[in-house]
Amino acid sequence: MNVVVCVKQIPDPADPGALEEDHTLKRDGKLILDESDSYGVEMALQLADAAGGGDVTLVSMAPNNETSGLRTALAMGAAKAVLVSDDALSGAGALDTAKVLAAAIKRVEGADLILAATESSDGYTGTVPEQIAAVLDLPSVTFAKHVEVADGTVKVQRQTESGFDECEAPLPALVSVTAGVVEPRYPSFKGIMAAKSKPVDQVTVADLGLDPSAVGWAGAGQEIVDVSPAPERQAGEVIEDEGDAHQKIVEFLDGLKVL
Amino acid sequence: MDFDLTEEQESFRKVVRDFAVNEIAPHAEAWDRDHTFPVDTVRAMGDLGLFGLPFPEEYGGSSSDFTTLCLAIEEIARVDQSMAITLEAGVGLGANPIFRFGSEAQRQRWLPDLCAGRALGGFGLTEPEAGSDAGGTRTRARLDEGSGKWVIDGEKAFITNSGTAITSLVTITARTDPGREEGGKPEISTIVVPAGTPGMGVQPAYRKMGWHASDTHGLAFADCRVPSDHLLGERGRGFANFLAILDDGRVAIAALALGTIEACLEQSVAYAQHRSAFGKPIGSYQAVAFKCADLAVMADTARSLVYKAAWLKDQGRPFKKAAAMAKLHATEAAVTATREATQIFGGYGFIDETPVSRFYRDSKILEIGEGTSEVQRLVISRQLGLPV
Repeated sequence: MNVVVCVKQIPDPADPGALEEDHTLKRDGKLILDESDSYGVEMALQLADAAGGGDVTLVSMAPNNETSGLRTALAMGAAKAVLVSDDALSGAGALDTAKVLAAAIKRVEGADLILAATESSDGYTGTVPEQIAAVLDLPSVTFAKHVEVADGTVKVQRQTESGFDECEAPLPALVSVTAGVVEPRYPSFKGIMAAKSKPVDQVTVADLGLDPSAVGWAGAGQEIVDVSPAPERQAGEVIEDEGDAHQKIVEFLDGLKVL
Repeated sequence: MDFDLTEEQESFRKVVRDFAVNEIAPHAEAWDRDHTFPVDTVRAMGDLGLFGLPFPEEYGGSSSDFTTLCLAIEEIARVDQSMAITLEAGVGLGANPIFRFGSEAQRQRWLPDLCAGRALGGFGLTEPEAGSDAGGTRTRARLDEGSGKWVIDGEKAFITNSGTAITSLVTITARTDPGREEGGKPEISTIVVPAGTPGMGVQPAYRKMGWHASDTHGLAFADCRVPSDHLLGERGRGFANFLAILDDGRVAIAALALGTIEACLEQSVAYAQHRSAFGKPIGSYQAVAFKCADLAVMADTARSLVYKAAWLKDQGRPFKKAAAMAKLHATEAAVTATREATQIFGGYGFIDETPVSRFYRDSKILEIGEGTSEVQRLVISRQLGLPV
């Protein structure tokens, strides 16, 4: 079974992020694999393994032909990658991104299943996976906490607030997975060495048959006018215990309506 | 001249650091307190490929260079010496003798499990009355002509990884010259004794000052019989074999010490910035700041010596003196660094709430195991041509 995994390469969250003049995140340094995508990569590897073989292919969109994050996923065991890198994509919105990734996925022959994270750790729109499914006209299941494939059908336990739904969809399909779906493996040294020589198909927007003048800022139809820092957290309330602290805590919790 | 690691070495270092921080650090204090040898974590280290790093892929290894192994040991040691020594001994003393001196059949038989971390091997050199004077080995192995088996009698002391649930073998040194007891050099050979062989008694775990989560036992051999094909390398070459094994091990132990020094530096600087005394962070006082500066110098000098020795070995150049210098300096610096870090942490450095107290207890053995500081000075002196 062939699985495609959408992976995002993002600035290292451990480093303080910086913004460009147009208020978008600076992405000109080394990028790393978004941790939330490592779950999809692991899920894909396990599904291909359980099916007795098949390739796991990564699809990514990043500036400057950046492959550092892809190499991490290749070191985990993915076979190859398609990377869309094009200056025209600067300022791309979620829908543009979905169109570009969908076009990139079409370059992968015989994809039975497409996996994505529920949302990225830098953009957080949480809309791209379903938009890809819509563009490709595929069934999609969101928030998977468990995924199985059998007889041309993907069976998913979809996380809900109160438990989970049992869902099924015929393949090919797109599934977005949560961080609870599987525990990602650590890449081995052998995997890291092997990743060096795994193929990364680097393509431009034009290579995908899309119009460069219709994507990025041009396609997004939006402008980031201003960015404000989030308000700092207010200092908490300190309760001095004068024999009635427990009462005050109960009142506080009652006020939050958590009791 | 180039001080940079390769991109792949840097990537792998980050993986091992993540593994150490996520899978080892949160449990290290409890393992230390309860003297737990965490088999599942050791297996997970095996899944990561750590135990097979420097061995060829045909035996289940990763064909890395020796420097990469040192990086892995250094990173594990930043959070826990017990797991770092489990790795160092598993590779350097368990698998390495089989790889270096074993026949093809012996390699095929024993290495795959050791490389995968499914099994651990120990190296039985030290005896109750033969430590630095390893030539004074008293354990004997006699080839019984009738059964074609080696019959082993004697005792070994302080053998790492010799009594775990996954220990598969211990390679021992033994005198194989029963006829030449008087005069002349004893003939010493190395023999592989599979775990569970009748006649090999694994004694209760030692009560140690540190390395509480590392497995260490004495071994007693009484009429212990193994097949003749368990002789590792040539008969009579045991002394030369273990000297070669110890050269590699010294660099690896030095890498372990380096990880500890780095951890002391990192944690001391962070503490000195946040802990206040007399209204200011303690790092604003020279008494503390200068200790941190000294820790930084210790980390850098140790790193230079360790990586140079590892690099020399990877280049196939002589590295005996470099290995002895790296081990001598890095381990003595580690003892100093852990003592100073404990001082910076004050009372908190003496309680188990902070890792530096564990680092302090763990570090003293570094000046003793796999060649004492005195033996390193002897090796260096002899390399200088002195008749000592």
